[in-house]
This record gives sequence, C-alpha cells and structure tokens, in this order.
Amino acid sequence: MAALTAITTEPLDLAVLTDLVGAENTGAVTTFLGVVRNRNQGRNVHHLVYEAYEPLAERVLQRIREEARDHWPSVTLAVHHRIGRLEIGEASVAIAAASPHRADGFAACRYAIERVKQIAPVWKHEYFEGGDVWIEGATADPDDLAAREAAMRIACA
Amino acid sequence: MTVRLFARLRDLAGTGELEREVPAGATVRTVWDSLTREFPDLAPYAESLSCAVNIDYARMTTAVSEGDEVAFLPPVSGGAW
Repeated sequence: MAALTAITTEPLDLAVLTDLVGAENTGAVTTFLGVVRNRNQGRNVHHLVYEAYEPLAERVLQRIREEARDHWPSVTLAVHHRIGRLEIGEASVAIAAASPHRADGFAACRYAIERVKQIAPVWKHEYFEGGDVWIEGATADPDDLAAREAAMRIACA
Repeated sequence: MTVRLFARLRDLAGTGELEREVPAGATVRTVWDSLTREFPDLAPYAESLSCAVNIDYARMTTAVSEGDEVAFLPPVSGGAW
C-alpha cells in the first residue's frame, strides 16, 4: 500500500501517508482521518460496510490529487479510502498533505475530503440497532463546476 | 455488454452484474430504460444516479456498444460525515 492514492480493505495508517508525502522535505504535514461514528441521525450505529466501484474510485482519487495540484502546486497529497466492514472508531478515509507552509496544507486537505464525499464512487451501508440503511449523499458528477467551487470555498474559508 | 450496479441499486436488482445485448445506436439511457423495465424498483433513481462507461464517468447521452461496461451509481457517500 505504497501509492499516494489507494482503495483498500486493510486498516488505514496515517504514518504510512505522512511517509508517502515526504515529510522530511517540507514545512508542514496536515492530516485528516475520517472515523466511523457510533451515532447517526438518531440511530445507534453498530458498524458500516463500505462498497466502492474500485477501479473508478482509484481514478477519482487520482483526479482529486490533480485538482489539488492545479490549485496548490507546492502541496503533495495522499488519499487512502478503506472499504469493507468497519467497526465504530475505525478510520474510513485518511488524507495527508505536505506543504511548505501550513495554510496550503490545511486547505488542500479540506478540499480533498470535500471532493471525496462529492465524487468518489464509494457507498456506506449502515447497520444500526433495529435495521440497516444505505446512506446516499451527493449525485456524483466530477464536471459539476458548482460542486467543485463549493469544495474550494469550504477549503479556503 | 456488461452492466454493473452498486450499493442500493444492486440490492434492488438482486445482482451487481448483468450481461445484456445492446442495440445499434444505443446510449446509456437506452440501457437504463431497458433496465428499469426489467427492475421497476430502480426507476426512482432516474433523477439522482450517475453513470460510467468503461470506468469513466459518463452522461446518459453517451453512446455505448457491444463490449462496453456500463455502471449505474446511486448518490455517493464516501468518507465520514
């Protein structure tokens, strides 16, 4: 799992990502870890099962890296998404951004997670006390400029 | 062609992968319309789904032909809220 982008069934390790983005040649490494919560919309969550259209999801993560590089050329970004069954407290997505200065790193990191949630073909099936439900968020459209601009506004707020 | 379905679409159809004949001049919409005739429960997703052809996001108007892989994707929910 030594690629800058990955869809994997293995547990995520932020240390792997910070190594990948090359912490030694930079001024800041910003990281984000998305973690399975025990409560969602009033439900007691037992566990989640993530599913992906894997080859497209890999491409989308690479696309997100390219979008970020266009805007923050000095930032090196790594994005790993886990799929399969995840228990409460386990990480579903890990992002690391290495940058000369912290502002760009925080912004790129935020941009990346917003874009993952908008366009990565990954779904979560929530198993809660009393039932199960597919969580459905955004209609994925990488060419939707309004969505991309919204992610940029959030990142740079 | 191969038709791939994911998440709730897969549950509703009872399968994630189908092999189907594709008529000449077909688009992704042709494939979807035929699919919803076979699995009417999928129909409500017409307004919210995304599609991909050969592992690239596409449009309902994208042309498709024999040998292509067409995927229908319900709204996504990657990452953690």
